[in-house]
Amino acid sequence: MPTPPSPHDEVHSEEFLRLLMRRQLKLSVACAAAFLVVLFGLPVANYLAPQLMATRVAGFTLSWLILGVLFFPAVWGISWFFIRRSIALEQDEVKSVKR
Amino acid sequence: MTTLAFLNGVDPWIFAFSFVTVAATLGMGFWSASRSKTASDFFVAGRSVSVGWNASAISGEYLSAASFMGVAGMVMSSGYDALWYPVCYACGYLFLLLFIAGPLRRFGAYTIPDFAEGRFDSPVFRKIAVCFVLFIGFFYTMPQMKGAGVTLAYIFPGIPYWAGVVLVGAVITLNVALGGMKGITLVQAFQYWMKMFAISVPVFVLMAVFGFYNGQVGANAAPGEAAAPAGQVQRQPLVAKAPKDSIWVAPFGPLTTKAVNAAAAALPAEQRAAYLAEHQRPYSLLYTYSLIIALVCGTAGLPHILVRFYTNPNGVAAKRTTMWVMILIGIFYVFPPIFGVLGRNLMPELYSGVGAKGTDKVVLELPTLVAAKFGVLGSILSGITCAGAFAAFMSTFSGLLVSMTGALAHDVYGRMIRPQSNQRERMVAFKFAAVLIGGVAIGLGCFVEPLEINFMVGQAFAIAAASYFPLLFMSVWWRGMTMKGAAAGMLTGGLCALVAAALTNLGTLALDKGPMGKIFSSFAPLNGFWAQHPLLRILCEQPAIWTVPLAIGLMVVVSKATASAVPADIRMKMLVLHAPEDLGLKQEYIQEHTAGAGH
Repeated sequence: MPTPPSPHDEVHSEEFLRLLMRRQLKLSVACAAAFLVVLFGLPVANYLAPQLMATRVAGFTLSWLILGVLFFPAVWGISWFFIRRSIALEQDEVKSVKR
Repeated sequence: MTTLAFLNGVDPWIFAFSFVTVAATLGMGFWSASRSKTASDFFVAGRSVSVGWNASAISGEYLSAASFMGVAGMVMSSGYDALWYPVCYACGYLFLLLFIAGPLRRFGAYTIPDFAEGRFDSPVFRKIAVCFVLFIGFFYTMPQMKGAGVTLAYIFPGIPYWAGVVLVGAVITLNVALGGMKGITLVQAFQYWMKMFAISVPVFVLMAVFGFYNGQVGANAAPGEAAAPAGQVQRQPLVAKAPKDSIWVAPFGPLTTKAVNAAAAALPAEQRAAYLAEHQRPYSLLYTYSLIIALVCGTAGLPHILVRFYTNPNGVAAKRTTMWVMILIGIFYVFPPIFGVLGRNLMPELYSGVGAKGTDKVVLELPTLVAAKFGVLGSILSGITCAGAFAAFMSTFSGLLVSMTGALAHDVYGRMIRPQSNQRERMVAFKFAAVLIGGVAIGLGCFVEPLEINFMVGQAFAIAAASYFPLLFMSVWWRGMTMKGAAAGMLTGGLCALVAAALTNLGTLALDKGPMGKIFSSFAPLNGFWAQHPLLRILCEQPAIWTVPLAIGLMVVVSKATASAVPADIRMKMLVLHAPEDLGLKQEYIQEHTAGAGH
């Protein structure tokens, strides 16, 4: 019966690196996609629906309100989610190796 | 008292606040520099810097004259489209956080050239990386110098623009050469809170007196509205040079349609309307996208900011720091556009001014309006914004000067010209390099009065976006990258962006009605060419939309062609970049490296 691989070898294996990079990259790409939809979507909305985006919301135009004020908290939300998930992933990886 | 003639018309409050800021900054720089003598002292101490301090320090170094003065000036002159600048300056950090901050910190090199060399085991590549520290740095110092010139010309109405540039540039250069201001965390963190105070307090007072942000934006009639909704906001009549309400408050306004409008003006009158209807909005959309790409990717590739991530204790702290930076600068960036909107409604005469007397000084000038109602309070508020402006261009210019001087003295002199030089010779080289780079920056700064501060900083971002961002992004996530691939992509993309930015500036300077127009008159035909080809003009003014894909594409193609040159220990390098520190791979890697390759 073959002995189970020591934690040291597992860390250096090709599979571990692939898993590590794929999981982190998947999370990053998902967060980036959420960000890019908003970032690239706003000019499209301005282009295709100028009347809607010029609607007045408490004095601002809708477009101005989104870009000048609401954009910042939205991005804070994405980064908060990313950091929580990313730290959890790292703890998971350490645990799986040291087990 | 002829020698003091330049003091005529100087407001004592404004002068006092500015003077105290300069003195305090210089004093704190020397005080903290004397406490940490060597570079290693700084780095070792720096490694234990807490997340809060480090985030304040990064924010303090990042918020330059462009953020403090330029954004407000550009929102005033161009309206909605200029809002992309503050938003992307702040949100670009998200890309840094998602893809670069953690891995870069784990790799443990101190500077980007160090990383470039370590990742590819190639000293040649280090030299290429150093060149871009200088390219990006010079484009970044020009707007800081304009900020200095504008502020001094405002405080001392009698002195010309160039005298302010020379004076401030010389003081900071001397300070850096003498060893003060080494980018110490404490000083930079203090600068952030200083700038935050200086931008927010006057905004709140101005809004309390003249009406709030929403009401001020609301006073401008949107497209489709016959007149602005009735509100309490009192507006001054707009001058002839100011853009109309509907194009100012709506997207695709004066900033992004400049090239098409110039092309239309060159056509016979009867074709203009049809031409504009067909081309104006699509080209404007293209401009907007290219601008967004430049700013978001550029933020993730600024050498003087990336260096700061190594002062985090580990990769997790690096990520936390990035998030706090986004919050700190995000809050800051809500305020400058408010200045721009207030300036449009209350001080439209700035639209008629050019250079140092134009919209770029709205942050400094606007608080004086409070003086009409509350006397000396207006002067005090204006003094506070002047102090903030000094903090802005001093901190960023010193930071840039230190990193550029370091590159020249450490990498070019210490490694290429005279590797055998001793410690004392290198200190002399550092001082000489500081004076040389400071001198070049001052010289360049004297020429750029007609260019907008914020626009110039955008160009530095565009160069970083096409050089450092592809390098870092690809080398962190793709193990097939080779040195030749990285070098080909970074050089081609970065140089294309550099040439495009330089051509744009030369064309704009040739249009100037003052002395600069005469000096650069030989570039006037460029504007005629662009009037024929507005699309090329946009791709030159905002090159990121083609240079960033070009750089990444070249990296992939050339790396595939030279696949045999992938570093042999690439799996270990990738593990160090991506595995959590708790696994202890970093120490292992260093031991292997020192034992194996004899580095």
